[in-house]
Amino acid sequence: MSAFTDPPKESFRLGMLIYDTRYRSMTIQIVALIAFLAGAAWLVNNAATNLAALGKPLQFSFLWEPSGYDINQRLIEYNSQSPHIRAAFVGLINTLIIAVMGCTTATILGVIIGVLRLSKNWLVSKLMTVYIETFRNVPVLLWIVFTMAIFIETMPAPREFRSGAATMKLFDTVAFTNRGFYIPEPLFSNSLGNIDVFGAFKISNDLLAVVAVLIISFLLQRAVKRRADKIQEATGIRPVTWWQRIGLMFIPIVILLYALGFHLGYPELKGFNFKGGIHLRNSLISLWIALSLYTAAFIAEAVRAGIMAVSKGQTEAAFALGLTASQTTNLVILPQALRVIIPPLISQYLNLTKNSSLAIAVGYMDITGTLAGITLNQTGREMETLILLMLVYLTISLSISSVMNWYNNSVKLKER
Amino acid sequence: MKKSAFFGALTVAGFAAAMASAGTLDDVKAKGFLQCGVSTGLVGFAAPDSNGNWAGFDVSLCRAVAAAVLGDPQAVKFTPTTGKTRFTALASGEVDMLARNTTWTFSRDVDLKFTFDGINYYDGQGFMVPKSLGVSSAKELDGATVCIQTGTTTELNLADFFRSNKMKYEPVPIETNAEARQQFLAGACDVYTTDRSGLAATRATFENPDNFVVLPEVISKEPLGPLTRQGDDQWSDIVRWTLNALISAEELGITSANIDELAKGTNNPEINRILGTEGNLGGMLGLDKKWAYNAIKAGGNYGEIFEKYIGEKTAIGLSRGLNAQWKDGGLIYSPPFR
Repeated sequence: MSAFTDPPKESFRLGMLIYDTRYRSMTIQIVALIAFLAGAAWLVNNAATNLAALGKPLQFSFLWEPSGYDINQRLIEYNSQSPHIRAAFVGLINTLIIAVMGCTTATILGVIIGVLRLSKNWLVSKLMTVYIETFRNVPVLLWIVFTMAIFIETMPAPREFRSGAATMKLFDTVAFTNRGFYIPEPLFSNSLGNIDVFGAFKISNDLLAVVAVLIISFLLQRAVKRRADKIQEATGIRPVTWWQRIGLMFIPIVILLYALGFHLGYPELKGFNFKGGIHLRNSLISLWIALSLYTAAFIAEAVRAGIMAVSKGQTEAAFALGLTASQTTNLVILPQALRVIIPPLISQYLNLTKNSSLAIAVGYMDITGTLAGITLNQTGREMETLILLMLVYLTISLSISSVMNWYNNSVKLKER
Repeated sequence: MKKSAFFGALTVAGFAAAMASAGTLDDVKAKGFLQCGVSTGLVGFAAPDSNGNWAGFDVSLCRAVAAAVLGDPQAVKFTPTTGKTRFTALASGEVDMLARNTTWTFSRDVDLKFTFDGINYYDGQGFMVPKSLGVSSAKELDGATVCIQTGTTTELNLADFFRSNKMKYEPVPIETNAEARQQFLAGACDVYTTDRSGLAATRATFENPDNFVVLPEVISKEPLGPLTRQGDDQWSDIVRWTLNALISAEELGITSANIDELAKGTNNPEINRILGTEGNLGGMLGLDKKWAYNAIKAGGNYGEIFEKYIGEKTAIGLSRGLNAQWKDGGLIYSPPFR
């Protein structure tokens, strides 16, 4: 006789949350989450209570009060009567300027140096090694301050131009002074005026027109190239198009510039300073040089790693197939190297952007200098300004990495 | 990462604020020294000497307070603060008091939640230029490049001055006096502006001070004084009355030379009250009877401190001017000790 018994019905006991492996990991995670949230809530609550006790509850209305201070480098209209929020925007734009300028030059320099470090020429590769090791092993703040000090001490002061001790360079169009570089500025005698964007800032119509024409010319010459490609594929004969493409690229912009009455405004020494032209301030230039050179050292290493990651067999195979050296580089090596280079490059861009917050060391008014510097100091709103500042950097960093990740996806190994 | 930084900041603010609410006097007594916020180095007002000992006009006030509270003028630790970091340092409880050429203004007193405990130097903002610039008035500075310490009232005054005179200028923001010195001497800015006392102190450290002039215009009122956190009245009273004791000491002729003699008792009841031989003013402050005796003994009375660090016989060479005693035509005036 056999008796069938149902497997004993397991009733759920509380102890099983710990002793039953099916539930244990879940339990631990939930407990950890609750502890984390409680800790976070305690911190937020503690900060809020203590700020209230100090008589400074969290509020952002100070952003709309007049700032009272001036900023030297401003791309949108701003004066000491403008509100703090506008000062923050001026600073934000300055941060973006230095980030874009820095990332561009750091990439160019980094790629060149990274390739040169792999050079078979002993001297060149050793020089590049020395460069990389000195730059990346000294704190960037020191480089920034050092560059500024060299700038201030070695360049002539504007008053030396009057006495003739210093002269303007490049046919009297550019002045290199210890207050920065003064270069010619583009001017339009038949200007199209500006457009107001939400009444907040102005964009020059001339600039928009130039950019629009350049984009259209570029697209047109691409269309000509594509047509030529098609004809070549169909007939095997490539029509001669180089003069059409060059013409399309340059003639429209020359006509536009002529119509707008384009001319250059040159800097001139008037009173205490040079007037006219574009003033690239010493703070901007030294910050730019220091950040670029510093970050380039890291990018160079990433580039070197990327190139070395492509096995030598690839090059040999490409040569065996009859590809030329440049085709090998462009079609075989680079696409594979980029997969290795892009991810570390993203973090270098982020680093450079975040390092630009050291700008105040040389008096460059980035967003750390305006919002979390003078505004914080004049209003005493530490918590609010720092929260805003962190949000701003977070947004900038996330935008950079999402763009770069998109690019990374487009070059990475396609797995099907 | 970002998140942890955010909460980190909250924690710092949280703990710091929690500290700030405790009684500062008890804190100072418990740790056995006074944490005093001073400038990062302004000769005459607050600068370390070659042995690393801080000395100067503002430093003496810190030492006087330490002597009043702890009986030892050396029981002070100094925190150098820039124009930008000083208020955060005080509000967060990192320092117990600030004695750092800080201008008493409405918004700092009311909105930033500090208490100004008197005025130890009446100042005004001025401009310094190289003589070779050939400028004799601040009204001729249209278009000049101006070096200015960021996070100060001078920054706001400068904007107002140039705006109201319809002039343009190029501000060069800098953090410390040392950076300003470098830029100014190299000609990267035409003008250096700050409080006139600060200009005199900076000029005194130049190789050729005679090549530089301080322009005659005074564009603002800059009453400088020590400050403490709002809401701790006992501590604010201690700092305020220590300063007043130094001022009254000069008025009543109590000097570091004769203080021991006077402390034996005199015919002047106010001197007796200050020095603790009559009544118990110290007890009312929660301090020792000898608090003011100790404070004055530490570095002398207000006049002695002034002459020693920034007076006419020093390299800085400031005359008393507005900072003379009220009976000599100045503004320095202490309420009575009674």
